[in-house]
Amino acid sequence: MRAGFVGFWRNAYVSLASIFVITIALFVIGSTMMIDKLLVVSLEQLQAKVDINVYFVTTAKQDDIDALRTSLEALPDVALVTYTSREEALSKYRARYQSDTVAMQALDELKENPLGATIAIQAKEVSQYENIASFLDEQKAGEEPQNPIISKINYADKKESINKLQNIIDAVERGSYISQIVLIVAAIMITFNTIRLAIYTAREEISIMRLVGAGNMFIRGPFMLQGLMYGFIAGVMALLILYPILLWLGPITGVFFGFNIFDYFVGNFSSIFGTLIGIGMALGLVSSVLAVARYLRV
Amino acid sequence: MIYFDNVSKLYNDGRSIAIEGITFQIEPKEFVSIVGHSGAGKSTILKMIIAESKPTSGQIFFESLDVNKIPRSRLPQYRRKIGTVFQDFKLLINKTAYENIAFAMEANGRTDDEIAENVPQALALVDLTDKAWNFPDELSGGEKQRVAIARAIVNQPDIIIADEPTGNLDPIATYEVVQILRKINDLGTTVVMTTHNKGVIDELGRRVITMDGGRIIRDDVSGKYVL
Repeated sequence: MRAGFVGFWRNAYVSLASIFVITIALFVIGSTMMIDKLLVVSLEQLQAKVDINVYFVTTAKQDDIDALRTSLEALPDVALVTYTSREEALSKYRARYQSDTVAMQALDELKENPLGATIAIQAKEVSQYENIASFLDEQKAGEEPQNPIISKINYADKKESINKLQNIIDAVERGSYISQIVLIVAAIMITFNTIRLAIYTAREEISIMRLVGAGNMFIRGPFMLQGLMYGFIAGVMALLILYPILLWLGPITGVFFGFNIFDYFVGNFSSIFGTLIGIGMALGLVSSVLAVARYLRV
Repeated sequence: MIYFDNVSKLYNDGRSIAIEGITFQIEPKEFVSIVGHSGAGKSTILKMIIAESKPTSGQIFFESLDVNKIPRSRLPQYRRKIGTVFQDFKLLINKTAYENIAFAMEANGRTDDEIAENVPQALALVDLTDKAWNFPDELSGGEKQRVAIARAIVNQPDIIIADEPTGNLDPIATYEVVQILRKINDLGTTVVMTTHNKGVIDELGRRVITMDGGRIIRDDVSGKYVL
């Protein structure tokens, strides 16, 4: 225990180098986490803009519409069902074309409300629209011909853009996974090598310890403690670097993505803190154990 | 207490021979010197006793223990029975003389009370009580070697292995170190030492094993340095 702390101070320069490298590694990991979060949020927002609309015929019975709505809400893929009644559709139409006198006149000519009710459906995942659309198609196909309910389902029109969005989401997620893995592996390798160098300077000490009959745990212990300390300090440093950067980026992301990354950082501080410091300490510990193992072999 | 049975050590797939067909025995409380030219295989024998080097063939016993069958996890316990002294001292430079000796005890899991009691005794035995708090850089070669000897004996090992302990020392320091080793031997600890130094051997008048080209060419109970 004591030897670990003493070793930390006596090799101040090497300690500093190790902490610096782990800090950079953790900073990279932390940044990736933030970028990933931004991606997820912006994709979620994009997804929220996609929906399927079901247009009902004007003569559709309210009971049938309600029944369809209930069965849609029961589907596991469906996230949100928004019902717009005929009256609401009409008032929206009026609000939109207020200044268009021709349209208003045309509307007034008609005695009856020409607009049918609509249902907008949002899926939990973009890939699930296909299922929902086929469910709706079945419903439409099962209608009695003399008593139609659904006039139109607009999935076919949107199909292409939904597929495109799906592809983009897949590509972005795959890309971000790959880049995260590459960055994290690089960070681990650099950290491992730096700590190995740090311990290389202590190889004479390790060989002397072995000669006087020190057990492996006795030799390893101080280095493990040092590794943990490096990781902890580096974790704190990485957070200290991330903080001002995110503080600066927060308003920008707020405008651009409608999501303030700084608020997210502050809101989830404890879990981000725990993750980074945990990774840092694990990195330091594992690197130390592996590096010392080299010199413990007879 | 130590028994070499037809031990050979080959390097480079047998193209170079470190030692070949070595058989000898060391009794408890003996003081054995191993002499020979550089490369005669002296240090190889010492490395095999502390299980740092394994023989290519043959067996080595420490009492009834087959040294090469000790599992790696038990090696530290085994090495605690042996005190080692080297030509280059192998002291930890960032620890004082006292701490270097105390460290060997800590490594053996001794209590702080034992350390506080035994370290000054060991320092007194090598006559370095007044240099206890000096770092190795502040000590002469002879003093460093005496610290190393104190470290080797502080855990009361059964045997002291000294590899060229006087190799880096001037004649006066050499004399002091040999006197200390002899004193340790008189107190009942087996000592095995390698050396080049004719004067040391002739003055000791103890058992001498002479090696040449990896073989034992002479083993005299009360030997002189003859090569």
